[in-house]
Formats: sequence, C-alpha cells, structure tokens
Amino acid sequence: MFDLADLYQQLILDHNRSPRNHGRLDGAGRRSEGYNPLCGDRVTVYLALDGEVISDVAFEGVGCAISTAAASLMTEAVKGMTMSEATALFERFRAMVTGEADHGDESLGKLDAFAGVRNYPARVKCATLVWHTLKAAIDAEDEDEVVTTE
Amino acid sequence: MKAEMATASANPACSGATPHDVERVRADFPILQRVVNGKTLAYLDNAATAQKPNAVIDAICQYYRTSNANIHRGVHRLSIEATEAYEQARGKVQRFIGAKRPQEIVFVRSATEAINLVAQAYARPKLTAGDEILITTMEHHSNIVPWQILCEQTGAVLRVAPITDAGELDLDEFEKLLGPRTRIAAVTHISNALGTINPVRDLVEMAHGHGVPVLIDGAQAAPHLPIDVAAIGCDFYTITGHKMFGPTGIGALYGRHELLDAMEPYQGGGEMILSVTFEKTTYNKVPHKFEAGTPHIAGAIGMGAAVDYLEAIGLDRIGAHEHELLRYTTETLSAIPGVRLVGTAKNKAAVVSFLVGDVHPHDVGTILDQEGIAVRTGHHCAQPVMERFGIAATVRASLALYNTPAEIDRLTAAVAKVQEVFN
Repeated sequence: MFDLADLYQQLILDHNRSPRNHGRLDGAGRRSEGYNPLCGDRVTVYLALDGEVISDVAFEGVGCAISTAAASLMTEAVKGMTMSEATALFERFRAMVTGEADHGDESLGKLDAFAGVRNYPARVKCATLVWHTLKAAIDAEDEDEVVTTE
Repeated sequence: MKAEMATASANPACSGATPHDVERVRADFPILQRVVNGKTLAYLDNAATAQKPNAVIDAICQYYRTSNANIHRGVHRLSIEATEAYEQARGKVQRFIGAKRPQEIVFVRSATEAINLVAQAYARPKLTAGDEILITTMEHHSNIVPWQILCEQTGAVLRVAPITDAGELDLDEFEKLLGPRTRIAAVTHISNALGTINPVRDLVEMAHGHGVPVLIDGAQAAPHLPIDVAAIGCDFYTITGHKMFGPTGIGALYGRHELLDAMEPYQGGGEMILSVTFEKTTYNKVPHKFEAGTPHIAGAIGMGAAVDYLEAIGLDRIGAHEHELLRYTTETLSAIPGVRLVGTAKNKAAVVSFLVGDVHPHDVGTILDQEGIAVRTGHHCAQPVMERFGIAATVRASLALYNTPAEIDRLTAAVAKVQEVFN
C-alpha cells in the first residue's frame, strides 16, 4: 500500500489548482495535440522557438490533477532549454515515472514530485501525455501534429 | 412444529418470502474475500463486469475436468455429454429471458457480437441509401458503432433520439423519429452510464405501430430484473454472460424464429453447414446457422450455471435488494456538498454516476482504489452521453446482489477523503 500523499504532493495539487503557462500562445511556431483515448484527456502544446532554444511554451487542455500538473511543470522546466535538452529531460522524466530509473539516482528538480506515479501504473500515462505531445512538437516538420498515448 | 418454524426463519435463504440474505450470497463469491491495498475489496464496478459465484466457476472446471469434447459431432460418450450440456445451457437461457423456443437463442461472444450479427445478417440486406436506423443518445458504443458501419456500407442514415436532463429517453421525440424510411430501431434496456431503465414494452409498441422491428440491448438488464422477451414483444434481444455473473466471451442473441430463419448466415465455417461441396453448400438450421466454428462450450455452460444461480435467488428478490441499495446510495452521496449525480431518471437500476466537485474522476478513482473500492471512472464507452451532459467523464458505482450498505458507507467516507485531498 502506498501513501496517497506520495502521489498527490502539494506541488502537484498547487499546479493543478493554478496551472502555469496555461492558454494559447500567440506567435507559437509549432503546435501539437495529444490525446489519451482511455480517459479522454486532451492537451495542446505550443512552442515558440529561437533557433534551437525553446523561448516560450504553453499548453491548453483539461484533464486529471496529474496530467494538468505535469503539463504545468513541464512548461516551467523546458522554457529556455534547447530542444535536445528538453528531449533528454523527457527521457529522464519517463524513466522516473515508469520506474525504469531508481528515484534518487539524480534529481529532476521540481519534477521529482512525480516520482510517486511509478506506484500507480494506471496513472503513468497521465504524467507522460504532455511530454509525448511536447516531443511531437519538437520532432514536427510541420505544424499541427496529433499524438495519442494508445 | 414451533421449533421447525424457528429454524426456518433463522435460515432465510430457504424461504422465498424472506429478504435477501446478502452475507450468504457474498460467501458464494470467493473474490469478495480479496484484500486490496490493505482493505477488503468493495466491488462497485458491476456494470463493467460482475464477479463469479462458485457455482459458475465449478461448472466450468467440472466441464473441462470431466466432459471436454467437441459438440454436435462424434458419437463418443464425452462428445454426447458436452453436446447435452451445451444445449441444456441454451434451454436455460431461453427460459431465463422468456423465449418460446431454444432455436431462438444464438450463442455469440458478447452482446456486441449479437448486435453486429443483427446489423449485418438481418438489416444489411434490407437497406438501401436513404433508409434510416433509429438509436438513442444513451447507447453504449456497442449499440452505435455497428450501425454506423452499416450506414457506411449501405448509405443508410443514423437517427438518434434525444434524452432529457434526467437521462430519460424523450419518448415523443423517439416516436417522431420513427418514419417511413426507418428500417430498425435499436435501444438499450438499461443505460450503463446513467442507470435509466427504458420503457421497452412501450417503445416496441410504438415502433411496431410504424412497422419498425426493434432490437433491445439487454446487457445491463439481465443481472438485475426479470426479462420476458415475449411480453416486451421485441424482435431481437441481446445479453452477455459476464455481466450476469457468468464467464466472459459468451453472450446470447434472441431473435424471433421467423426472422432468424429468413436471415443469411453471419459467418461461414464448420457447424453452420449441413453439407459442403465445391459446387454447393447447404446451411444448417437456426440457431446453428449462426454458430460457425467450435463455440465457447465452457462459456455457454458457465452462463447456464449463472442463470441457475440467479433463478435460485430470484430476480424479484435481487431487484428489491438493489432498489434499496440504490435509494441508500443516492441519498448518502447526494447529501455530500459538492457531489453531483449524473442520471436521475425516475425508473433506475442500481447505477450511480457522479462527480465530486471539479475533481477529475480519475483522481477520484485512484483515491477510492486506495480504500479498496473498485469503481469505474471515465466515459463508460458512452461518449455521446458524456457529451450530452457537457462532461468528459464520471465516477460510476454500479451495484449488484452482493453489495451492502456498509460498502456504500465506505464509498461516501472515501469521497470525503477525496474532498480532503483536493480541498
């Protein structure tokens, strides 16, 4: 049995209540949509690029507390990173929430709040949907990519 | 004499007049002893699938241990026994839903397959472009998508009768949509997402008044209320084993004999033929014409055992128990500030869909699971219903004959915990 407080950490509850970088980003060079058909969560990620650097990022969409907080904290984490740095962070985040990497191996800063998700396999997709969507935006040659987690 | 009466009253399961003995019923379901996250399982997800009593589990084991053989062929002892057991199960299902003849019961994989069978083998040859198929907003995806496929194949048009804010079918609109081009109406008996019980007898009468045949999807009804297809008057009725305490992978289609008899086969293969040459194949009689390939013999036997189990307790008694549970659940949940019920029809089965403030149902589901409570969260394979109410998902507690008021108390306590976390 796991403590619920490990999953619903204050940071997650706070970002669920008041998501950061939430809303349409005018002037975004790239946009991608993510969809989890299992739960109906939809998220749109907007990227503004300055060369290789993510100069601004925002998201739209609603979902459960985990997916909303994941989106909010993702935008905070990758803003100012290069696209390859953001991709590398996605890999480390994914490894953490799926339990592939031992938590404590290395800190992901605020994103450590999601370490508890590994104990709730049904909720891993909630945490990763927005990251998959970000990755699609990064990889997109054209605008308007749609990814699903199924 | 006095002592005998005292004994009888202390043993309520022996008398049909006494109330439902829920503890005795619970003892028939081994899975209800399971501990989940340190708590005894409270299984409130019966509309997704119901748990299985020992009688069903044992019937399946017994078949595989003692009589396993292929059916309707072979003259050896085991084949004869297996054939008898399979056909006996058909007879049980026939009586259970009030069909006149066993030939009117086709074993299928699921209610989904039954609907697809009717769409393809009954409706498709009759349809031309511009014909209409009538369903309702409250259908499960299994009673929407087969008709959409049929519309694509034939150029027919899907019409959808709306529901009210309470989640009841709008009967006037339903009747208005029965037109000269309507070729079939397909309506659920009980909504899986809202619990609404439809007035199926009235709907059939209305449709027949316009010369429209009717399929009733009874997947949710079979475990909860007595079914009498003759009294309903429907042309087709579908049920599934696993929602009525039988195994998965087995269901049944009822069809009026003359309709089934006139239909083309659904799938080709063994079992559904009388003779095969490369020049000409003669099809078997109903129901075998629709049972191509070796069927799920153990599944049919398990479904038959589930019918026996339900009949031994009595659908009336089960209905009364569930009605009381529904009343209690509705009362206690709606007394919690911030809880909103979705689906408040006057005539309802024990399905309670609800929302806890603006907390996403998946977050509610995770917290409930920590308390050992199994509920369904999501769109319940009825996305148009969610759209009708302008929501993405609900939490759904669906109750059955083994659920207790104490489990409902655990549910309401867990909902309070949800509100604590998300205050």
